[in-house]
Amino acid sequence: MNQPEPTTPVETTVTALPPDGDQHGAPGHGAGRRRTMSMWDKDLVRHSLGQSLRKLDPRALTHNPVMFVVEVGSLFATADAFRYLASDKMGLFSFTGQIAIWLWLTVLFANFAEAMAEGRGQAHADELRRTRTETEARKLTPQGIQVVPATALQVGDVVVVAAGEVIPGDGEVIEGIASVDESAITGESAPVIRESGGDRSAVTGGTTVLSDEIQVKITAGRGESFLDRMITLIEAGVRQKTPNEIALALLLAGLTLIFLVVVVTVAPFSTYSHAVVSVTVLIALLVALIPTTIGGLLSAIGISGMNRLLERNVLALSGRAVEAAGDVNVIMLDKTGTLTMGSRQASAFVPAPGVDERQLAEAAQLSSLADETPEGRSIVVLAKERYGIRAPDLDGGAVEFVPFSAQTRMSGVDLDGRQIRKGAADSIARWAEVEIDPQTKSTVEEISRAGSTPLLVAENRRILGAVELKDVVKPGIKERLASLRAAGIKTVMITGDNPITANAIAQEVGVDDFLAEATPERKMDYVKSIRAEGYMVGMVGDGTNDAPALANADVAVAMNTGTMAAREAGNMIDLDSNPTKLIEIVEVGKQILITRGALTTFSVVNDVAKYFAIIPAMFVVAYPGLEALNIMHLTSPETAILSAIIFNALIIPALIPLALRGVRYRATTAVAILRKNLLIYGLGGLVVPFAGIKLIDMAVTALHLVSTAH
Amino acid sequence: MTWQGILQIFVLLAVVTVVGFFLSKYMYNALEGGRTFMDRVLVPCERGVYRICGIDPTVEMRWTRYVFALLMVNVVGFVILMILLALQPVLTIFNPAHMPQVPFWVNLNTSISFMTNTNWQNYGGETTLSYLSQMWLTVQQFLSPVTGICLLLAVVRGFSRHNANTIGNFWRDFIRTLLWVAIPLAIVGAVVLIALGSPQNLHAYTVVHTLQGHKQVIAQGPVASMTSIMQLGDNGGGFFNMNAAQPFAGPNAASIVFQLILGFSVPVACIFLFGKMVKNTRQARPIYWSMVILFVIGALVLYHFEAVGNPALAAHHIHLAASHNLEGKETRFGTGTTSLFENSTTTISWGSVIASNDSLTPIGGLVPLFNMMTGEVIFGSWGAGMIGMIAYAVLALFLAGLMVGRTPEYLGKKIESFEVKMAVLSMVVPSLVILVLSALSVALPAGKSGIFNPGPHGLSEVLYAFSSGVGNNGSAFGGLSSATPWYSATVGLAMLLGRFPMYIPLVAMGASLAKKQRIPESAGTFPTHGPLFTVLLTGTVVVVGALIFFPALALGPFAEQFAAHAGKLFGG
Repeated sequence: MNQPEPTTPVETTVTALPPDGDQHGAPGHGAGRRRTMSMWDKDLVRHSLGQSLRKLDPRALTHNPVMFVVEVGSLFATADAFRYLASDKMGLFSFTGQIAIWLWLTVLFANFAEAMAEGRGQAHADELRRTRTETEARKLTPQGIQVVPATALQVGDVVVVAAGEVIPGDGEVIEGIASVDESAITGESAPVIRESGGDRSAVTGGTTVLSDEIQVKITAGRGESFLDRMITLIEAGVRQKTPNEIALALLLAGLTLIFLVVVVTVAPFSTYSHAVVSVTVLIALLVALIPTTIGGLLSAIGISGMNRLLERNVLALSGRAVEAAGDVNVIMLDKTGTLTMGSRQASAFVPAPGVDERQLAEAAQLSSLADETPEGRSIVVLAKERYGIRAPDLDGGAVEFVPFSAQTRMSGVDLDGRQIRKGAADSIARWAEVEIDPQTKSTVEEISRAGSTPLLVAENRRILGAVELKDVVKPGIKERLASLRAAGIKTVMITGDNPITANAIAQEVGVDDFLAEATPERKMDYVKSIRAEGYMVGMVGDGTNDAPALANADVAVAMNTGTMAAREAGNMIDLDSNPTKLIEIVEVGKQILITRGALTTFSVVNDVAKYFAIIPAMFVVAYPGLEALNIMHLTSPETAILSAIIFNALIIPALIPLALRGVRYRATTAVAILRKNLLIYGLGGLVVPFAGIKLIDMAVTALHLVSTAH
Repeated sequence: MTWQGILQIFVLLAVVTVVGFFLSKYMYNALEGGRTFMDRVLVPCERGVYRICGIDPTVEMRWTRYVFALLMVNVVGFVILMILLALQPVLTIFNPAHMPQVPFWVNLNTSISFMTNTNWQNYGGETTLSYLSQMWLTVQQFLSPVTGICLLLAVVRGFSRHNANTIGNFWRDFIRTLLWVAIPLAIVGAVVLIALGSPQNLHAYTVVHTLQGHKQVIAQGPVASMTSIMQLGDNGGGFFNMNAAQPFAGPNAASIVFQLILGFSVPVACIFLFGKMVKNTRQARPIYWSMVILFVIGALVLYHFEAVGNPALAAHHIHLAASHNLEGKETRFGTGTTSLFENSTTTISWGSVIASNDSLTPIGGLVPLFNMMTGEVIFGSWGAGMIGMIAYAVLALFLAGLMVGRTPEYLGKKIESFEVKMAVLSMVVPSLVILVLSALSVALPAGKSGIFNPGPHGLSEVLYAFSSGVGNNGSAFGGLSSATPWYSATVGLAMLLGRFPMYIPLVAMGASLAKKQRIPESAGTFPTHGPLFTVLLTGTVVVVGALIFFPALALGPFAEQFAAHAGKLFGG
């Protein structure tokens, strides 16, 4: 499967500023409501450069043992360089000084990577924070409406918000209906409807009412609003380590410890072997061996994963949930709106005995001409497509449309003495005052059984036949489900339909399983039972009835349009309220893990080449025969060591784009992914540094940076 | 190299694979609750032991209790051995040669050695020990490999069980392994060895006058029984100082080949036992193949360098008709069999030798050294080699497994921070011990004074001693006076650290895995049964081992080999 079609541009999309907001002097702030940020945004780079210097503070580095060791090493190397300077050994000073410089750069590059990732997250948070303007609220009190600052509102207060006003806090609509602009949060400019009661009653502070007036009961106190939490989470998410990240950090710390011992013991071994090895060379060996590449990029990978979700307008309430998304192996999808279009489309005309199919189609089309519902329009279109029946121009004649009503449950047209009606089977039968013939009756039953809706069409009290209205499967969804299956992820369809209907649709869509006649309890029990089998469950929900199941799922994505209960139960919120987003979330989760694994493998196997550069250089004086290990034919011991250290430093910035963007993920079998990634990052990690170090060595030799004497 | 010499590597592997495969079925039935043909005889014995010791074999243990019981058995064996060696002059029974007290440091070293399945021989067997001491050493040679199987069972149950707090009953595992596996196989082995020419008696040493008129003392005793369990249990603690090269311990080629098969049988069976225990025999394949690949590479490299001989000869324009490096080898066995044997002894953690490893060519000597440095995971000793390989598998999966886009999992169990911590710990400890103790030995006068050969060869000797100790191998490179207090104490420490601190974390890891739920396998699961995983696992063992030890090896074997090419030698 291809990279999921992003609903937003792939580049970072920062939510829009409110019209009167501070413009934060960023270049590229276009005419639209969104500002996109390229990977190397000038401001961001400048900010990150400053941050990377600030992060040199050893206290800031203690969370990263690998880089901490590099920094301590840099200090020693610097001291060593100055010692040579003081004793006027210029050749050694030049070499040691250059090593020290590259060691410092290694730390700076790692800091820069982290700062870049953090900066992108911070930019999101800043943009959100600016939307939190000091609004005034019209609070409803027994004395009438009182104007108070929004910050003074308490849980339980009721406020009145009219068109053009900003909703002062998170709450629930208790009276009225209004269209609301939620772009401040979602970046989506199309207004949404919010009304009291039902599943669309939640409103968010900072959003603007566009029409009508609503009464909102405040449900979150100061600093606890959705917006507040979102800002805190984006900022805190930056520092939270996920379980997997902790485990990897442990492994890296273990490797660092081992290599520390390796290098420390090299000193007595060299003394025993009468080989003279300076402290700086030992430090260079240590830094080359410890996994600096992954150590420097690890936190950037995690943070940028969160950012990628934000770019897709998904807010994860914890990094743990994002990581869990990669592990999800069952995803539960609502039938309506997720798998199917949610609107029924005419798919077939089935005439009654003795009736011409074309005649039925024509009658059905006529009866639907004034029907502006998607179903009605689809009948007109189908008749045109199948039989080329053009809708007649009815302006001149004596035409009277009969609109649909809840009582009659049918609609139609009276035209030149022809009375045509379409509607539910029993309504039409009642209108026509005839028994439905057995063949049509069985047609109707068959259609219902297949999960579709049958409509009967009658003309002048004669039943012409049935129209099948089918819930149409979303385009591309079948392929997407198939690729999920290939990646080992089971899909489960949730529907309120009966099991027979559900089965028919499940087979058509291509899901692995379905849950029919779903009730809140059944959904929750289903989630619990498959989790007990060891599966990790991902689920999307919006209604209050989804909340119990969401609370039990491993990755629970709540729609932003959903109820408060659903949002509370979820561990991610989709600001776009797009139910297929779950699939993208799973892919982002996997991408984070793949990127980590790929760079870890790359980093560790890199050491092989570095050994072949440094070890002969260190010992060739004591044992000239070891020149045989200098398989890259590096010019001199000094150029070899310097080249290895330069490579070690430069590989970090070279991989920053990969860390921030993530390794590409295609939903396919684990074997295929592994084979590809092992080839690129495993074998590549073995070969690339040989070439890289050789090239750097040629440059170092050409520039005479250090002694090239053999 | 001759084709026969190469062929015998593969023939040996084929034979031990067949033996190990059938033995694994028997072991699985005996240890995991099936039925075996020995039940009729052994079940009453087992019940008797339980009754006498007051053991309830049905009680399930948490890992801490399991490990505690395991340590107790080892400590008791250790204490008894120390007392016996200290009181040798007092305990006059079975001491016809009137062996005196064993010096304290040698005693300590030997007692640790025989507790940890290292069986490093700091003593000269026939010149130091009474028959009673030798007999208890034989008992220890049963206890330590059986302990290894218990460790394996505990770790593998972490994968085979789920949502479980306990990992089995130590006493049951211990006694069944002893009764069903160790004792019957040792008896069979001893009988065959007697048939092949090894003595088995309790006579005093025979003094004979040779034709040249010299007086010669011919040592003898319960040789066959001790050799049998020494080779079967991958102990290597031989009756004689010369170990299997002594004609009574290794009377002929047939005996040597039989001893090889005996040594491989249980370690190979452990691989298949693992597959059976996790109810997926395919999972044993990559582990088997990784071990085979590493074994074959080692055997061929070792054989090649021995067959080519010493490069210094060519450098000095000395051309011999047969360039084979025959120094320190038994001419009865020649280069091919010796190379195979020495590679085997360091893969199955045997420690039994038929040559002086000190006299191998530098790279030839590097092979056994590297086999031990990687943690004796190429087959390894009873249970321990397999667990070590599982730890490598966990690390390999954690390093590369993330690349499939899921939290790494092995056999349906998620590998999380605790597992990584334990696997890393079991990897850090041994490498740290080898490097630190070797570094101290070449830095301190006490260590340096024990090195006979200066230069790179001396470093190899020191590295070998500690690798052998940590790897619980027990073979010696030679050329190092290891009976000094410094080496007795430090190698003793290495043996201790290379046993319990290396494997107990892995039992803890197993216990943590046992608690977890099993994740159903799907197309998204990292496949751990195919060639891809074999490559990954083999690569991990080599790369991790090489990364940790390359600097030390560069100054040891590599420096010596390249110097020899230039005609430079480092004489002692």
